[in-house]
Amino acid sequence: MITVEHLSKRYGSHPAVDDVSFTCEPGTVTGFLGPNGAGKSTTMRMICGLTPPTAGSATIDGQPYRRLGNPGRRIGVLLDASAQHAGRTGREVLTLAALTMGVERRAVEDSLEKVGLNSTAAKRRVKAYSLGMRQRLGLAHAMLGDPGILILDEPANGLDPEGIYWMRGLLRDFADRGGTVLLSSHLLREVEAVADKLVVIGGGRIVAQGGKDELLAASGTVVRALDMAALEVVLQRTGLPGTPTTDGGVVVQAEAETIGRAAADAGLVLLELRPAGSGGLEQMFLTLTAGDSVKEAVR
Amino acid sequence: MTAVQTAPTSAPGGAPGPGGGRTGIPMARLTVVELRKLADTRSGLWLLIVIGLAAAGTAVIMLAAAPDDQQTFQELLSFGLFPAAVLLPVLGILSMTSEWSQRTALTTFTLTPARGRVVVAKLFAAVLIAVATTAAAAVLSAAANLIAIGTGGDGSWHIDAALVGQLLVNQVVFVLMGSAFGALLMNSPLAIVLYLVIPTLWSVLGEMVRWLHTAAGWLDINLTSTPLSEPGMTGEQWARFGVAVLVWVALPLLLGTVRVLRREVT
Repeated sequence: MITVEHLSKRYGSHPAVDDVSFTCEPGTVTGFLGPNGAGKSTTMRMICGLTPPTAGSATIDGQPYRRLGNPGRRIGVLLDASAQHAGRTGREVLTLAALTMGVERRAVEDSLEKVGLNSTAAKRRVKAYSLGMRQRLGLAHAMLGDPGILILDEPANGLDPEGIYWMRGLLRDFADRGGTVLLSSHLLREVEAVADKLVVIGGGRIVAQGGKDELLAASGTVVRALDMAALEVVLQRTGLPGTPTTDGGVVVQAEAETIGRAAADAGLVLLELRPAGSGGLEQMFLTLTAGDSVKEAVR
Repeated sequence: MTAVQTAPTSAPGGAPGPGGGRTGIPMARLTVVELRKLADTRSGLWLLIVIGLAAAGTAVIMLAAAPDDQQTFQELLSFGLFPAAVLLPVLGILSMTSEWSQRTALTTFTLTPARGRVVVAKLFAAVLIAVATTAAAAVLSAAANLIAIGTGGDGSWHIDAALVGQLLVNQVVFVLMGSAFGALLMNSPLAIVLYLVIPTLWSVLGEMVRWLHTAAGWLDINLTSTPLSEPGMTGEQWARFGVAVLVWVALPLLLGTVRVLRREVT
């Protein structure tokens, strides 16, 4: 169980993370979503005791990370797959971790096998690894101590579609066996397929969080009419402003019935009227975080 | 079709094992890891190989060029440890700096959040490698001395007991000085260059500037460590060396450790 309470980090006058609170329960996968520079990595580093927070706290099973005597046995962490000595072989990286954690050397072979790195790959130096192979090595490293909790920062980066599919299965299975997973990404689609819970962050603040189904249900209704201009007028008149989608529809934060009645009263022909689902969540994700991405690009 | 939920075979994190729970990681284990890290990369391994080759080279030079009466175990060992005294500190530097330049600090400090213990383990590893190198040089010098006996050299086995201690202290102090510079500067090229340049610059200044001469007698690590390689070091020479060690080893090590403890790992 990961508990994050009012976590904040300021660099000078810039708030990188601002009053972030959430929990990750055993048996669930929590997707930590946000554009680049939203504060995902900083939050994860604060959970792992690598960055001192300006305010707030984070605990692992009720204890601060730095107080865990041998954290590798309780929590597996993959924050940056590229942060490995380029001159060590894959097997050596895992052997060092196994020695530190005090796990049997056999576990190294087991975890190499689990992530699909064969003996040829294990003998090569990390310098020669592709990003996808580094991610696999990082996952092996995180799972080496047989922890009950996983914290993974953008683990799908560099993985091919088959690799992403494989990783989802691995994480789903881990959570189904009672494990806790916190997984970050800047792509909604990537975490949507595996997460039970979503925490959306933008500009250092949490902009939405809850069960995935709950967030999907609350993401509005897509409506498309034969005469879109007329529909827009009707929506404005009834106080239901919508945001246009990329394929010519409008997402409205209202029940299908409300929109349908308003359209019927105006005598409009509707071509589409359905829950927005993930499309709506993506729309919300973009709207909520767009300003921040621009800011980041300018900064 | 009905999906059958199979019972979970084993819960993650369920395996109880040594070192789990709240107890910290034993220092011996951390030291073994840090020792292994000194030699498991190309740079580290080659540094050790070069030290070995250079030590063998000094023995060859001594046997070929030194006067017969200087071909003794004591002389061979004093000279044979010279390459290690120069190169071993670089290993100490890399042990500290590579965590940052290769970004392994991220995994090191995630697995061992007590960063001070990692620093201590690195210092233990540095001391152990210095002791091991001195022992290896002794074996090499003994072999060279046997050859000296065969080729008409003096071949005396006498060695001043105090000198053995002095040579060991010399190795340990310089490798720790390297570690201290590495911890403080956190950047391999910068630390290596400053480690080599600053003490030398200070030696040159101490020679040239008259009013610095007295200070240099106490604060110049190169100057004050010279008596360590010769038998019969006096109390005053130890005192001068001790003061220089405080300035060049203890102080940077203290500041470096504070820096390691406080730095944000990204």
